[in-house]
Amino acid sequence: MTFLGMPAGSGDLGGEQSFPSAAHDALGNATLRANLRRATSTIRAKRAAVVDELPDWQQLRAAGAAIKDDVLAHLDTYLLQFESAVTERGGTVHWARDAAEANAIVLSLVQATGAREVVKVKSMATQEIGLNEALAAAGIDAVETDLAELIVQLGHDKPSHILVPAIHRNRSQIRDIFAREMPGVDPSLTDEPAALAEAARRHLRAKFLSARVAISGANAGVASTGTLAVVESEGNGRMCLTLPRTLITVMGIEKLVPTWRDLEVFLQLLPRSSTGERMNPYTSMWTGATEGQDFHVVLLDNGRTATLADPRGRSALRCIRCSACLNVCPVYERVGGHAYGSVYPGPIGAVLSPQLTGVDHNKTLPFASTLCGACYDVCPVAIDIPSMLVHLRSRVANAKGATPERAAMAAAAWTMRSPARWRRTLRLLRFGRLVRRARRLPPPLSAWTSSRDLPTPPTQTFRDWWTHDGRGR
Amino acid sequence: MTESTAREEILRRIRAALGDRPAPAAVERSYRGVTGPGDVDLFAERVADYRATVVRVDGPVADAVTTALRTRGIDRVVVPDGYPDTWLPAVDVVLEPVDVVTLDEVSAVVTTCAIGIAETGTIVLDAGPGMGPRALTLVPDYHLVVVRAAQVVAGVPDAVAALDATRPLTWISGPSATSDIELDRVEGVHGPRTLDVLVIT
Repeated sequence: MTFLGMPAGSGDLGGEQSFPSAAHDALGNATLRANLRRATSTIRAKRAAVVDELPDWQQLRAAGAAIKDDVLAHLDTYLLQFESAVTERGGTVHWARDAAEANAIVLSLVQATGAREVVKVKSMATQEIGLNEALAAAGIDAVETDLAELIVQLGHDKPSHILVPAIHRNRSQIRDIFAREMPGVDPSLTDEPAALAEAARRHLRAKFLSARVAISGANAGVASTGTLAVVESEGNGRMCLTLPRTLITVMGIEKLVPTWRDLEVFLQLLPRSSTGERMNPYTSMWTGATEGQDFHVVLLDNGRTATLADPRGRSALRCIRCSACLNVCPVYERVGGHAYGSVYPGPIGAVLSPQLTGVDHNKTLPFASTLCGACYDVCPVAIDIPSMLVHLRSRVANAKGATPERAAMAAAAWTMRSPARWRRTLRLLRFGRLVRRARRLPPPLSAWTSSRDLPTPPTQTFRDWWTHDGRGR
Repeated sequence: MTESTAREEILRRIRAALGDRPAPAAVERSYRGVTGPGDVDLFAERVADYRATVVRVDGPVADAVTTALRTRGIDRVVVPDGYPDTWLPAVDVVLEPVDVVTLDEVSAVVTTCAIGIAETGTIVLDAGPGMGPRALTLVPDYHLVVVRAAQVVAGVPDAVAALDATRPLTWISGPSATSDIELDRVEGVHGPRTLDVLVIT
């Protein structure tokens, strides 16, 4: 169910397994846990160092949040401004209500060029809509050019992190994937990161120099000027954005900022939060059709308007996809990104995915958190993820109707309303000592004890102790 | 269903979703804004942090460019339109226009820049004189940039204020790199693997 019954998003936003069941499987994988612990602790330290360097980080963060709130509050106006600015400079703007519509638009644009292969810049939006699969179904190869995306694609794997989709792989696993899947790779390839990067460079070089069509996402679009920005490290983004004659950009409608000046905030918040650098190696910005290219931008809804409709959930749309919340999350660090079932894992995924699809398609994700609040502390646009999780949990509970949990809560409320009933009930709990060796309760209460120890009730209640012994001591 | 239907439908959904008429607080820009010229020493230090090589130049620029290229064993270099004649190095020069195949083959380019940012060690190209189209500084494996000290500004807000949004912009912070293997930075993937910077004082 989405808020106000708005049309839901579709695509790669939910898994077949529930979060608890997928997490249970992932926890059994010691290599995965070691890979994640190593990678997230590296990035946490780097982020902390470059964030501490800025005396005005909190002011930038507050400005970032306020700018995105302004975008969301006037989204229709800014989208129309953006559309006319891009059109004026020779670009073509397309609108897509959902994943299928976006895929169909991109497919027809690619088919019009006659190309059978396209190069891609890493993009969450195109992952979300399952664009590669849609193109493959029509006989068009989409080649991922970001190193981590390439590792995922060659490994016939799924992304598990917003920034580094192959974070679950260590260097020797990556070496094995390259040795197995990369045509013409040097069989003596080592697992040195520099050697692996060199192998990727050789593998993609010819494709970059001959590609006719590129597909990208965007980190930001400026409403007033129509400028788009892509922030990256390797230069694969520059290759895709610059060399092919046709460029197609798929962008979520919430990615806008109102003015050019607003980028001064996000170009400070994003790299420091994301890769823990003062600035990422390369940022490309272009406005409309540039240097003779044929340029198209597809504006994607796919559940974003449903998210916008919930006043207590809409600030999830401030997200700039930095992934800082994943890197600090104790749950993510242990279970990894695949357990979340969506292309958006971690804390932000737990609030974004259920809102994009409607909570009935992602019932367990709002519970995939300990509510420790670390995600809120590091979020560069100050999304209060813990409060939003609690709100979404109530939406899930309300959507369920009558449940054993709800009946138990109603009974507890009835008991607690009367001091006498409460006293009598607490005394009855003593008899729980009789079953204290039973570590698990029978269904449906077993849902509680499957992940928690059952406490042994005391022989005497606090109230009884206070009445007989405690008072006046 | 036509695409214009999708446009109207999305706009209608947005207006319905905003039925509660949210009125967010005004954006408060109390962070450090435009502060003016940047500290050239800090710029040089921060560029070097990315494992680019930075050389401060007091004498003739052409000699410094020639020395930088010779140090790397480069005897042929691509030079964009508008690059100052007085800065031309004493090596073989390939002038624009250059096709991608030639760029790949020559594999070295020398350019000017639009602006440098001290706090982040960033160099911005805007396809202006001496910078060329974007491919020129992308396909070659070696990029030498000449930055005049007066082009260095303090921070990101200064750069954003000084740049023209409608030009093709490339912000460069060190050589091509990746953090995709165990989130550790490694230099050298698809863009130029070597970035040398001359700062002219």
